[in-house]
Amino acid sequence: MAFPFLWLLSTAFKPPRELAGLHPTWIPEAPTLDNFRQAFAQQPLAAAAGNSLLAAAVSALLAILLATPMAYVLARVRNRLSRAATGWVVISQAFPLVLVIIPLFLILKGLHLVDSRIGLIMVYVVWSLPFALWMLTGYVRSVPRELEEAAAMDGAGRLRTLVSVTAPLLAPGIVATALFAFITAWNEFFFALVLLKSPEKQTLPVVLTHFLGAEGVADLGPLAAAALLATLPSLLLFAVIQRRITGGMLAGAVKS
Amino acid sequence: MTLATAPRRPTAPAADRAARPRRDLGAWFLVLPALLPILVLSVGPLLYGIGLAFTDAQSGRTQATRFVGLLNFSDLFQDSLFWDSFRIGLIWAFGVTVPQFLLALGLALLLHLDLRLRWLARALAIIPWAMPEVVVGIMWRLVYHPDAGILNETLRDLGLSGAGDGRDWLSGLATALPAVIVVGVWAGMPQTTVTLLAGLQNVPRELHEAASMDGAGAWRRFRTVTWPALRPIALAVTALNFIWNFNSFALVFVLTDGGPGGRTRLPMLFAYEEAFRYGQFGYAATMGLAMVAVISVLLALYLVGRLKGDDDR
Repeated sequence: MAFPFLWLLSTAFKPPRELAGLHPTWIPEAPTLDNFRQAFAQQPLAAAAGNSLLAAAVSALLAILLATPMAYVLARVRNRLSRAATGWVVISQAFPLVLVIIPLFLILKGLHLVDSRIGLIMVYVVWSLPFALWMLTGYVRSVPRELEEAAAMDGAGRLRTLVSVTAPLLAPGIVATALFAFITAWNEFFFALVLLKSPEKQTLPVVLTHFLGAEGVADLGPLAAAALLATLPSLLLFAVIQRRITGGMLAGAVKS
Repeated sequence: MTLATAPRRPTAPAADRAARPRRDLGAWFLVLPALLPILVLSVGPLLYGIGLAFTDAQSGRTQATRFVGLLNFSDLFQDSLFWDSFRIGLIWAFGVTVPQFLLALGLALLLHLDLRLRWLARALAIIPWAMPEVVVGIMWRLVYHPDAGILNETLRDLGLSGAGDGRDWLSGLATALPAVIVVGVWAGMPQTTVTLLAGLQNVPRELHEAASMDGAGAWRRFRTVTWPALRPIALAVTALNFIWNFNSFALVFVLTDGGPGGRTRLPMLFAYEEAFRYGQFGYAATMGLAMVAVISVLLALYLVGRLKGDDDR
């Protein structure tokens, strides 16, 4: 499974002479950091990383703030709304994005939010809500109801109960969900491709495709170096939360 | 479902009942912050998009958009390029989903057998799962690269230079689709494996032990004990994988951009071109709706299967 990744790694550190050689090798004979320097020189990578960071962090934070209260209600109240919401989670994952992006493009254009980081962040928030709800609902269910009932007996309303009793216990789940939302937005390509036109606003995945060039002729070394850099944050974060992600997604998939 | 099966408290506490109306208002207050954005930027656009499929909407046009009824649908029906991409989409989705499931099932069974290896599997699984699809595409372009790629070099080393010598897998008319399918299988394997592995953990161990005591072999135990317990989750994961694959975009966009000669032009790539390269918003929305038709059938199968799975329990 890891071999293609090792190849990416190897290519990123090869000098041009080895890349042009007839018999490529797994281990670069003369490893170099030149590709990384060149990657930054060829495309606005630092700015793109900044844009990705902004979009991913802000949208993850907003998604969590909006989703946590709703997930709490979905987990605790079983009625038509909660069933509809669960159904929507499944359906929203199943629609071809083109059916949503055209109207979104028109709506955002009407609001003068096409080619705007704010517009992209709005889309990312809404786009990450379904799975944030899905994961968080699972986490809320794992908090014993009895604790909340005790708080209710003392006269606390839902919001009070959520903030003072449930949320602290949910903290690890909330962090995991937020990081997952972050990674998803960091990796996202389609919306960013359609919605952002100005080079200085584009996110990392879109800028990476500029390395490919028109005819698919690419400068392989810098391409590999840039791709590697774009992957590292999500790989690291994913390694941290991976156990919780699989647990949370499964809680949603199997139990809801 | 777990909660539903957990024993309910016999009577709701009196205080809770008294506080009901206030608390339900509170519930709405908690739901609205997420519900409103979903309605405005997700449900709304979806309905709008369905509406657009019946119009001649174009980007940057001065005249007003007109309602054209089923015109787009009859155009689409006669659009041989669309049918090509539809067929390619189905081949791709089956070609990715089926091997992905079989390989993931094998891997999951293996890992379930040997708990000590699970950390390794998790570690390896992280790589394709966490990578941006764009990077997965770039990475495989490097692997497939005719001169600097490791695939052709490996084939040469194996003495299969006839097969691999300087071959450009992603630009060959015959090899492009299989080549992107391999990448699709690779990219989605970990998620499927981890899901199935979790499903295997729900298989009651006692049943397994009882079956081996009765002298059932490995295959029989799989068929009579493991599979029935795994079936609902296997069905769910396959249906969702198929839908995701049918809708996929970024991976193939980066690998081939639909080429050579449209041989890997998935429906999403076609619709994207139509909408954002040629500005045919209405027509592209119609394509989206046609894709929904296929997906709906599958989603229905999935939901029916899941309901049946629930009844079995």
